[in-house]
Amino acid sequence: MTDLIHLSADALARKLASREVSAVEATQAHLDRIDAVDGAINAFLHVNTREALLVAAGVDKARADGDTLHPLAGVPIAVKDLIVTKGQPTTAGSKILEGWQSPYDATVVRRLRAARMPILGKTNLDEFAMGSSTEHSAFGPTRNPWDLDRIPGGSGGGSAAAVAAFEAPLALGTDTGGSIRQPGAVTGTVGVKPTYGGVSRYGAIAMASSLDQIGPVSRTVLDSALLHEVIGGHDLHDSTSLTDPVGALVEAARLGQVEGMRIGVIKELQGEGYQAGVLTRFSESLELLRSAGAEIVEVSCPNFRYALGAYYLIMPSEASSNLAKYDGVRFGLRVVPDGAPTIERVMGATRAAGFGDEVKRRIILGTYALSAGYYDAYYGSAQKVRTLIQRDFAAAFEQADVLISPTAPTTAFKLGEKLDDPLAMYLNDVATIPANLAGVPGLSLPGGLADEDGLPVGVQLLAPARQDARLYRVGAVLESLLEETWGGPLLAKAPEITQIAGGK
Amino acid sequence: MTAVTDEILTFDEAMEKYDPVLGFEVHVELNTRTKMFSSAPNAFGDVPNTNVTPVDLGLPGVLPVVNGVAVESAIKIGLALNCRIAEKCYFARKNYFYPDTPKNFQTSQFEDPIAYDGSIDIELADGTVFTVEIERAHMEEDAGKLTHMGGSTGRIQGAEFSLVDYNRAGVPLIEIVTKPIVGAGSRAPELAKAYVAAIREIVKNLGVSDARMERGNVRCDANVSLKPKGQEKFGTRTETKNVNSLRAVEHAVRYEIQRHAAVLDSGTPILQETRHWHEDTRSTTSGRPKSDADDYRYFPEPDLVPVVTNEAWIEKLRAELPEPPAERRKRLQADWGYSDAEFRDVVNAGVMSSIEDTVAAGVSAAVARKWWMGEISRRAKLADVEPAELGVTPELIVELNALIESGKINDKLSRDVLDGVLAGEGTPAEVVEKRGLAVVSDDGPLLEAIDGALAAQPDVADKIRGGKVQAVGAIVGGVMKATRGQADAGRVRELILQRLGVEG
Repeated sequence: MTDLIHLSADALARKLASREVSAVEATQAHLDRIDAVDGAINAFLHVNTREALLVAAGVDKARADGDTLHPLAGVPIAVKDLIVTKGQPTTAGSKILEGWQSPYDATVVRRLRAARMPILGKTNLDEFAMGSSTEHSAFGPTRNPWDLDRIPGGSGGGSAAAVAAFEAPLALGTDTGGSIRQPGAVTGTVGVKPTYGGVSRYGAIAMASSLDQIGPVSRTVLDSALLHEVIGGHDLHDSTSLTDPVGALVEAARLGQVEGMRIGVIKELQGEGYQAGVLTRFSESLELLRSAGAEIVEVSCPNFRYALGAYYLIMPSEASSNLAKYDGVRFGLRVVPDGAPTIERVMGATRAAGFGDEVKRRIILGTYALSAGYYDAYYGSAQKVRTLIQRDFAAAFEQADVLISPTAPTTAFKLGEKLDDPLAMYLNDVATIPANLAGVPGLSLPGGLADEDGLPVGVQLLAPARQDARLYRVGAVLESLLEETWGGPLLAKAPEITQIAGGK
Repeated sequence: MTAVTDEILTFDEAMEKYDPVLGFEVHVELNTRTKMFSSAPNAFGDVPNTNVTPVDLGLPGVLPVVNGVAVESAIKIGLALNCRIAEKCYFARKNYFYPDTPKNFQTSQFEDPIAYDGSIDIELADGTVFTVEIERAHMEEDAGKLTHMGGSTGRIQGAEFSLVDYNRAGVPLIEIVTKPIVGAGSRAPELAKAYVAAIREIVKNLGVSDARMERGNVRCDANVSLKPKGQEKFGTRTETKNVNSLRAVEHAVRYEIQRHAAVLDSGTPILQETRHWHEDTRSTTSGRPKSDADDYRYFPEPDLVPVVTNEAWIEKLRAELPEPPAERRKRLQADWGYSDAEFRDVVNAGVMSSIEDTVAAGVSAAVARKWWMGEISRRAKLADVEPAELGVTPELIVELNALIESGKINDKLSRDVLDGVLAGEGTPAEVVEKRGLAVVSDDGPLLEAIDGALAAQPDVADKIRGGKVQAVGAIVGGVMKATRGQADAGRVRELILQRLGVEG
C-alpha cells in the first residue's frame, strides 16, 4: 500500500470514490509514513492519529451507505500549527502557547471537517510564523526532505516538508510575506497565497492582520485548486473576507490555458541577489510558456525595491499589537517571578520566558514604529509605499494577465547559515512580499533543480486580486510542460529519506 | 475613610480669583442585545465570565465583527447631540497592557470618530441656558471588571490578588467628549451636574442605553482647570475619573476648583494627572500622572473594514429620533399650564413622565401633579426610591381621584386606600369596602360624635359660644378622631356651629 502516499490528492480522491481504497487505508498509510520519516524531518508538532482514523472510518461507512460525499472526503491533510483546532494542541511554534488547546475551530478547519478530510496533525513553523527557515520554532527546526542539513523554508516549513516527504498529500499554510510560497519553492512543492480576503482568517493566529492569508500546500497545481475551493469563500466571522464566490478554480486547473495570454516578467525581481541556477530554471520556464503560445512581456514595478522596508515596518507594527494578548493572564504560559509579583512583573516574566528572540525583535521593532513621534515617519511612510506598490501592480496588470518571477532568490540554505543575520534571512522574501502588501494572489510551483546544488527552484505566478483562477490556469500548463521535460514529477528526483531518529 | 491631605480654598475665595474651565468625557454603555464585536450577550449582573465568546477573551485567532445596531445607536446619539456624522470612519487600536483588557488593546476610534462637531443647550435650575460644544462621539468597547481582593482599600495597591470578570469586556460604549467649557464661573459645578444629567436623559430618551449611573451605564470623567481671571490661556488640568452619580459630578468639580485654587495660590504648578473621587470624604486623591504624550500607539484596526454611512441611512435614523427632552419639556409645561417653578419642581422630582402618563390616563394636570408631588413623592422619600418605582399606576390615580370626586372618600382616606391597594388588598373600591373607609355622610352618627366632643371640652364650647369661632378646630379634631377620619371635615364644622347656634 506504500504507493498510496505518492498519489496526488486528486488521484487518491478518485480511488476513494471508486472504493478501490478505503479512507482508513489512505489515512493509515500517511500515519505510517509520518511514523517512519518524521523523526528525521520534524514536520509535525502533533500527530492526530486517533481522530484522523475515526474521521476516515466515518467516511468509509458513509460511502458504504451510499451517502453523497465531498470529492475530497477521506483525503488526509496536515494543518499548520498557527491554525486553531479543537481536540488538538495549537502552539504557533511558541513556548508561550505550549499545551494550550483551542475551544473553537478555525473557519478553514470547520470547512475541512465539513468535507470530512481526516486531519493528520499540526505542522511545525517559525514561532508565530516569524521566519523564513522554520528554525525559529520553539520545538526544533524542520528539515528539508531534499537535504536534511538544509532548511525547508519558512514560516510554513512543516507543511511544505510534510507534503514533500509524502507524509500528507495536502496541507494548510499561512502566508504573510511568503510563508506558503517560499517553503514551496525550496521543497519542490506547490503553494498558493489566495487573494487577501479570499479565505477566512478566523482562527489563524494573527501575525500581521492586513497581510496574513491562509492557503493550500500540495504537490500539484490541481490539488491546490481542490483544497482552495474547500477553504475559500465568505465567512461572517471575518469582516475582511470577500463576499464573492470562490470561483471555478478546479476547472481552471483542469483546463489550463496560456495561449494568447500575456505573461509579465517583473524586471525588478531578477538579477542581482538571485542565484544563477534559479535564474537559469526561471528562463527555461519562460521559454516553455512562450512555446505554448503565451506572450512574454517585461513589466517594471519600480517601487518593489521599497517593499521589504515597508513590510518590515507594517508587519512588526501589527504583530506588536496582535501579540500583546500573550500575557499569562487568560491562557498559555504564566511565569510568576519570585518576590511580590505585580501583574506587570508577571506579564513581563511570562513574555520574556515565552517568546523567542525573533518574536521579541519584531515586537520591539513594531512598538517603536508605532510610537508617538515616529508613527508618521515609519508606519505612515510604509503605508504610502504600500499604496505605491499597489499602483505598480495595477499598472503591470494593464500590460499583462499574470506576472511571473522566481519565488525565492536562492535554493534552500543550510540550517544555521542565516540564523545570526536577520537581514539576510529577511531578503529571502523579497519576491514574495509585494503580493502580500497589495493583497493580490500568488502561486509557487516547482521550476526544476538548480545546476549548482541540485536543489529545487520555485517559479511564482501573480494575478490581480480576485483572479486566483488565472494562477491555476497558467500554473497547470507550466507544471505539465515542466514535468514533460523532467519525465515525471520533480519530487520523484528527491532522495530517499534516511532515518535519523527512531520515528515518532 | 480616605485621608484628606489637600489644602483647599473656600469656593467663594476660589471664584474671586479664578475662572474654571471644564471638559467632560462621558462613556455611555449601549443596551444592544450583543456586544460591540462579538455575539456574546450584553447583560448586567450575570455569573462572572459567562457572557463571553472566544472573541471577548481575546483567544488566539479570533477576529472582531462590528455590531450594526451599535453603529446605529452611535449615529442616533451623534444626531441628538447635533453632530456631523462621518461618511467613512475607521476603528483604531489603543494599545496598553492591563488585565481587564483581554487583547491588551482596546478597539476604539482615534482620528475619525463617527460623530463630531456638535452642541447641546444645558438649562440650569433657574432657567439659564449654557451651550456646550461637543467635540466628538466615538465607538469603542468596554473593559472587563477587576475586583481586588485582600486589601483594605479595594484598590490594586495592597491587594493580595485580583479577580477579572470579562462579562463587561466588549460591551459597546460611546464616548462623548466636549470641547473646553469656559464662562460657567461659579456655576461650573451646577453646569457639570446638569450636563451629565442631560446626556443621561438624551441617551435614555433615545432608548440606546439603560442610562443607570449606579450600574455604570453612564460614567463621567471630569476635567477641571483654573485660569486667573482675565487670562486667556488655560491652566493645567486634572481629570477626575469615573465620577458616577450626578451629585458626585457636582461635588467633584467643586472640590477640584477649590483644590486647584489653593495649589495655585501657594505658587506651585498643578500636576497634570488623573484624580480619584471619594464619596465618603467628598474629596479627590492623586491617581497616575497623565500627559498629552501618553503613548497608546494608536493605529487603524486592520481586522475591521471602515464604517461607511450614507445620507439615506442617516436621514432614516434622524426621522426615527424621539422628541428631544428639552422640547418635550417645553411642550408639556405649556399643555399643563404649570408655572416655571411648579414645572421645575416636577422635573427635579423626576415625575414628569409619570404625570404625563397620568394625565393621559384621564385626570387633570393639576390632580396628577397633586398626587405625584404630594403623597407619592412623600412615600418615595421615606422608602428612598424613585417615585416611579413605588408601583403607583396612572390608572390607580384615576380611580382614587374618581372616588374623591364622587365624595365617597376624602383626601385623607384616599391615603389609606392607597395603602391598601399597594398592600395588595384589591382595587381602590374593594379596599374602601374591606377597610370600611367610606366617608360618614349620615348626620346622625356625626351629631352623636359632636355632642361627645363638646361635652369633653366644655371650655372650648363656651369660647365658641362667646364668638371665638376659630376655636372650632379643636372640636372638629375631636370629632375626626372619634370617627377615625371618616367624616367630611367641612360638614362637621357646619354641624358644630349649628349645634352651638353660632353663625359661621
